[in-house]
Amino acid sequence: MSLPIAAWYDFDPFRELHDWLRDHTADEVVYVVAAVIGAAGILTFVGLGALVNVWLERRIIGRIQVRRGPNRVGPFGVLQPVADAIKLIQKEVLQPRVSDSKLFNLPPILVFIPAMLTFAVFAWAPDLVYADLNVGVLYLLALSSITSLAIFVAGWSSNNKYALLGAMRVIAMAISYEVPMVLTLLTPVLFAGTMSISGIVDFQRHYDVWLAFLLPVPVLVYAVAATAELNRTPADIAEAESEIVAGYHTEYSGMKFGLFYAVELINSLAVSGIMASLFFGGYSLYGLDEYIPPWMIFIAKIYFFYLGLIWLRGTLPRLRIDQLMAFAWKMLIPLALINIAIVSVEVLLWRELELDDAVLGAYVAVNAVLGAALVVAFFRMLTRSYYRLPTRVRLVHDVSVPSLPAPGSAIGP
Amino acid sequence: MIDLEHVLVVGALLFSIGLFVAVSRRNAVGVLMGIELMLNSVNLNLVGFARFVESPRPIDGQVFTVFVITVAAAEAAVALALAVAIYRYRQSIDVDRLNLLKW
Amino acid sequence: MDEPAVIVAFWVLAVLTLGSALMVAVVRDLIHAVLFLILSFVGVAGLYITLSADFVAVVQVLIYAGAVSVLMLFAILLTPRSARDNAPVPYSAPLSALAGLIGAVIIFVAVQTDWAKAGDDGRFQTTASEIGRALLNPYVLPFEVASVLLVIAMVGAIVLVRPASEEEGA
Repeated sequence: MSLPIAAWYDFDPFRELHDWLRDHTADEVVYVVAAVIGAAGILTFVGLGALVNVWLERRIIGRIQVRRGPNRVGPFGVLQPVADAIKLIQKEVLQPRVSDSKLFNLPPILVFIPAMLTFAVFAWAPDLVYADLNVGVLYLLALSSITSLAIFVAGWSSNNKYALLGAMRVIAMAISYEVPMVLTLLTPVLFAGTMSISGIVDFQRHYDVWLAFLLPVPVLVYAVAATAELNRTPADIAEAESEIVAGYHTEYSGMKFGLFYAVELINSLAVSGIMASLFFGGYSLYGLDEYIPPWMIFIAKIYFFYLGLIWLRGTLPRLRIDQLMAFAWKMLIPLALINIAIVSVEVLLWRELELDDAVLGAYVAVNAVLGAALVVAFFRMLTRSYYRLPTRVRLVHDVSVPSLPAPGSAIGP
Repeated sequence: MIDLEHVLVVGALLFSIGLFVAVSRRNAVGVLMGIELMLNSVNLNLVGFARFVESPRPIDGQVFTVFVITVAAAEAAVALALAVAIYRYRQSIDVDRLNLLKW
Repeated sequence: MDEPAVIVAFWVLAVLTLGSALMVAVVRDLIHAVLFLILSFVGVAGLYITLSADFVAVVQVLIYAGAVSVLMLFAILLTPRSARDNAPVPYSAPLSALAGLIGAVIIFVAVQTDWAKAGDDGRFQTTASEIGRALLNPYVLPFEVASVLLVIAMVGAIVLVRPASEEEGA
């Protein structure tokens, strides 16, 4: 069933191309053509996304901070990213003479690879997956650990102490936040019984329930951990301007810096995509995907979460590094561990006792209550010292005030 | 056509490079790098056996590989902690100069 | 395993792995050596994929390239005044001959042995669920022992690198 209004998007040239190729050529040709078209599509989305995000981010943060944002180049400043890019390309590319010249030029390219590869496993529509890996979730985790290595190379080869400090901060944070991330990404896998992204999306379509409702705590934990891995503002200690100049890209200028900046924006899109497909149903929208093309739904969801990230960036102040570390180890990891125990018991009951699928509805309620209780309990526990502070003014009896020197007497020898 | 022998030859070459690195480095971290290379070559062989050799449960080779990776991670953590601890004591992790147990 | 693309990929990855492993032995800077080691690990992960071991390949990237190498980088940076260079010991020529000899013996045995080969259907099989089943059915005891080992290693590493002054003060 499809409404006539849906006809405007209903072109499927690739289907015809595929059929024609399959009939006329060998399988390898079909494979190569599909690979090239898919790669071109992903590159187009990512490249356009990076441009659009520069504008979106600056405009929206401008609004949040009660200023206008870029508004001179083109209508509403939409051409600002292009102007920025032209400026960055024109700039002189400096390289410190003491830098490790063999390694210095690698990182801007290296950080791009995992950022691009992330998009390969997303399910854009029912049959539109570039590489439907059977180990998709693990693959995403492996890619995120590669990114921090590229950043280490950047910090090390600059031969600048601030760059190295920034790089070490990135690695320390990546290691700390990878643990809660792994533990939370395990929970959708437990429910869906597969690690492939399209399998998890299919699970959510089949049972008509977004995993976000089943797993409220993992969503929160993942959102925090992902923000930290992205080095965006609540957690941008890697490039904290007031502490370590600009972190690992202190010595990078011109388009090399521009590439780092673009990768940051692309990674935000990737994290939003992971969030959308693992927890919020991917391309499905409760039957609405019959009328709207699924890839549009998926992109809309990606941008919804991306706007959330911008909101966080515009609102929250930067945390200190020890606060971030403590938050990962003392709050997120225990929370994720307890949650894994709860979820595995639920999945075990559901699968082994072959309960009715309606039990998922009960799980939604149970998990909401349990999750709220857990989060509140952990916050109470971690902030106990603040609760002990006196809430009212109290009189203190004897305060010994050191006697002041007599006026006029000489101070010092 | 990839055959078991090809995998084994690549594994053997990797093993001998790893062995050379492990016995010829002066820095303790370098020695550890050689050991990791050797473990990798063993893993490669195990995966090759899992793929090509007749067995009642061919997945066993890959399960073994997972165990080896686990143990290698634990071993790397302890070895590098040892290196850092020795460095605190001797200001050096040159394995030729770690001769405290000689008299 | 008859597809030409897979064969090309296998040999390219094999050359990449062996070449970067050789560079680990050759380069003078220890940080460069670790980076070449990472490249070698990634090459091995690629070889696993050509041998249809996708789960092991991803675990290899996650653990070796992501965790073990980072540990090594930390260890190098935490030992600054020690020799940063990757110098070999004085007698490296006979050692390389020894390593080459051992490699030659292994290759000889590998080629000479009559392996009991299974009929290979040449298809890429997914392995994650099979590995999971094997870990929790026949290998559940080693699995649990491995987790205990990891905890012991973690505690041991923390105890080893704890500053000595703390113990004296206590």
